[in-house]
Amino acid sequence: MSVTGIIFCNIHDHTISELTRVRTLASVPFGCRYRLIDFPLSNMVNSNISNISVIANYNYHSLMNHIGSGKDWDLARRSGGVKILPPYIDPHMSNQTNATYNTRLEALKGIGYSIAQMTCDYVVMTDCNVICNINFNDMINDHIASGADVTMAVKRMELTRAMANEQTLVTSSKEGKITDLLPYPSNFEGFADVSLNILVINRKYLQDIVLDATAHGYVSMTRDVFLRSLSTKNYRIYRYDGYFACISSFEDYYAHNMQLIENQEMFNSLFNIEERPIFTKVRNSAPAYYSESSNVHNSLIADGCIIEGTVENSILFRGVRVGKGAVVKNSILFQDTIISDNASVAYTTCDKNVIIRNNVTLSGHSTLPLYIDRGRMV
Amino acid sequence: MFQKKECIAMLLAGGQGSRLYTLTEKTAKPAVPFGGKYRIIDFPMSNCVNSGIDTVGVLTQYQPLVLNEYIGNGEPWDLDRTRGGVTVLSPYEAKGGKDWYRGTANAIYQNLTFIERYDPEYTLILSGDHIYKMDYSKMLDEHKKNGADCTIAVLEVPMEEASRFGILNTDDNNKIIEFEEKPKQPKSNKASMGIYIFTTKVLKKYLIEDEANPESSNDFGKNIIPNMLADGCPMYSYTFEGYWKDVGTLTSLWEANMDLLGNPPAFNLYDRKFRIFYRHNAFPPHRLGADSVVKNAMITEGCVIDGTVENSVLANGVIVEKGAVVKDCVIMSGVRVRAGAKLEYAIVDSDTVIGENAVVGENKESQKLLLLGAGLEFPAGAKIPGGVMIDANNIKEFIG
Repeated sequence: MSVTGIIFCNIHDHTISELTRVRTLASVPFGCRYRLIDFPLSNMVNSNISNISVIANYNYHSLMNHIGSGKDWDLARRSGGVKILPPYIDPHMSNQTNATYNTRLEALKGIGYSIAQMTCDYVVMTDCNVICNINFNDMINDHIASGADVTMAVKRMELTRAMANEQTLVTSSKEGKITDLLPYPSNFEGFADVSLNILVINRKYLQDIVLDATAHGYVSMTRDVFLRSLSTKNYRIYRYDGYFACISSFEDYYAHNMQLIENQEMFNSLFNIEERPIFTKVRNSAPAYYSESSNVHNSLIADGCIIEGTVENSILFRGVRVGKGAVVKNSILFQDTIISDNASVAYTTCDKNVIIRNNVTLSGHSTLPLYIDRGRMV
Repeated sequence: MFQKKECIAMLLAGGQGSRLYTLTEKTAKPAVPFGGKYRIIDFPMSNCVNSGIDTVGVLTQYQPLVLNEYIGNGEPWDLDRTRGGVTVLSPYEAKGGKDWYRGTANAIYQNLTFIERYDPEYTLILSGDHIYKMDYSKMLDEHKKNGADCTIAVLEVPMEEASRFGILNTDDNNKIIEFEEKPKQPKSNKASMGIYIFTTKVLKKYLIEDEANPESSNDFGKNIIPNMLADGCPMYSYTFEGYWKDVGTLTSLWEANMDLLGNPPAFNLYDRKFRIFYRHNAFPPHRLGADSVVKNAMITEGCVIDGTVENSVLANGVIVEKGAVVKDCVIMSGVRVRAGAKLEYAIVDSDTVIGENAVVGENKESQKLLLLGAGLEFPAGAKIPGGVMIDANNIKEFIG
């Protein structure tokens, strides 16, 4: 059995435009030392999927920088490994707009040639907006055993109306056959099976879909392909019960980060599963140093930080400096942020390389976390 | 494919390090963990890479499994090269017989074929038991400028300690006049660091001659250097300024770890321009709980701290539970200190568990450094004195 992985990087960029202005959603930092793409990449590697295509659309420099040769995920391989597929505009195509693609299906059409060349048995496709630690081997075995054309990962959860509006809900029969798909309903609340935007699909069927979609000019995988074929094809669900975070807004992003501090069980269900570690780019930082004057509680701290001040309920990425007398509360500080002596930040997300000068006080609010651009000096 | 190189490094990593006791029972000394996430060998390896040396032969002999695994293909140090890179050189059987490495010079002699493949003008000889950051390229420049056959890196030590080292007496131009091993009446304070650059063709000549002499103990310090001096070869010292520590004993290993603490520390690992590379483990970020107190300490990824940690260096995945106190300790990966336990002035090897409310070790002022081996389990309420060394063989005597 051979499996190829496809990861979509930009599909949901619009959901947190603050952070994706300078990067893809896939390269948005998360969880103190990771980028969102580390989760699908690690999930695949941990399930022995070592032939992975990463489909990028725009702003993918940070992504390429992060993935490099792929060796930090053990994906620098002679056969397979990870490759980034950036888009290109085909001058011979008739429907000439400068846009490259907006949906999964359009992205797949864009790499139609690569897909036509595939010889694997199954394809695992995932977006980057859902953070989870999922065992793809188990999901693929389930897919094979059930004889499905497509298997979608779902998680049962309680949704508010606002949350439901950001998700695709999946209805299925007792036997697990999908009976309906509800993309972004605006009037639903209560318990539902939520799609993780992760699916296993037979390679041959995927090739047919892409050819057919090109012929018909289809745009949406869910609406134009799956919903039209619900009765004729065998689409099934795979129940996932682990850590789940869907990044659908900046507030969401902030809340999910904070949850990792507050809830250790949740933290462990994402990061501390035996045989399924999350890998990320190695930076060769020294361990974090806490000085005599440091005072740190309820926080997640990455290597390379030097802390001399007070830190509470915060997440510090690699290489952050917190000076003497500085106070950091309820904040997320990205890589190499410097909080100078006696400065104070609260409810603030500082992007990479931000410098907060001496004695500056900054504060957002729990309902409106502040965001400081990459490289800004305050 | 062997590209000609100007300078290659030969790293002597076969030493047992018997004065580190249980830490080197199953591991060669260069593979002993240091500074939370490093191993001793990371320092000379990173120095090579930071000095532009991309071909390194690592000579292993004693308990090589962990060391060989750790070096692997050299990827962490960017030494996975098509032309050059790292090569592990172990003793071998040859047509003329088989032999262990009998001394530092013999070890290099047995690997002359390896050196010849790269045809380097200069050969750098290093040992795998020191903690320091050094740009060898500056030393090489000096070697070339002096037209030397051999350049020896030296550290200026306090005069009263000079009698513990191999001392070089030089003239005003740093030309070596005399070499004295541990002199009773030292004439200079230039202590050899065991780092040599040789002009390869001279090195070869002396290694071959030395090998032919059955009386020789085949050692650089005892034989090669004195022989070259006696023959009047141009030899120079190169003075290194910076932090350097031999971590051959438990106390010096503990001290070197403590030198990483402070701001600025005696030995700074935070310089992004001179990074120390290491083989990476995928641990999540570390977590400090609501009641944690961490003062003057280094904490590595994967740790969970709910108790108190002071003046200590904690490696990957160490867990300090609520109410536990860790003070003046060097803790290796995966150790768990259970609730209410007190651990003082100790080196604790990986995966050992300290039971609830156990009192382990004595305060630093007692000067009784405690060593706990790997994978031990101390029951709740255990009382362990300072100044002892405990491993799987003798733990019963201490926990009854």
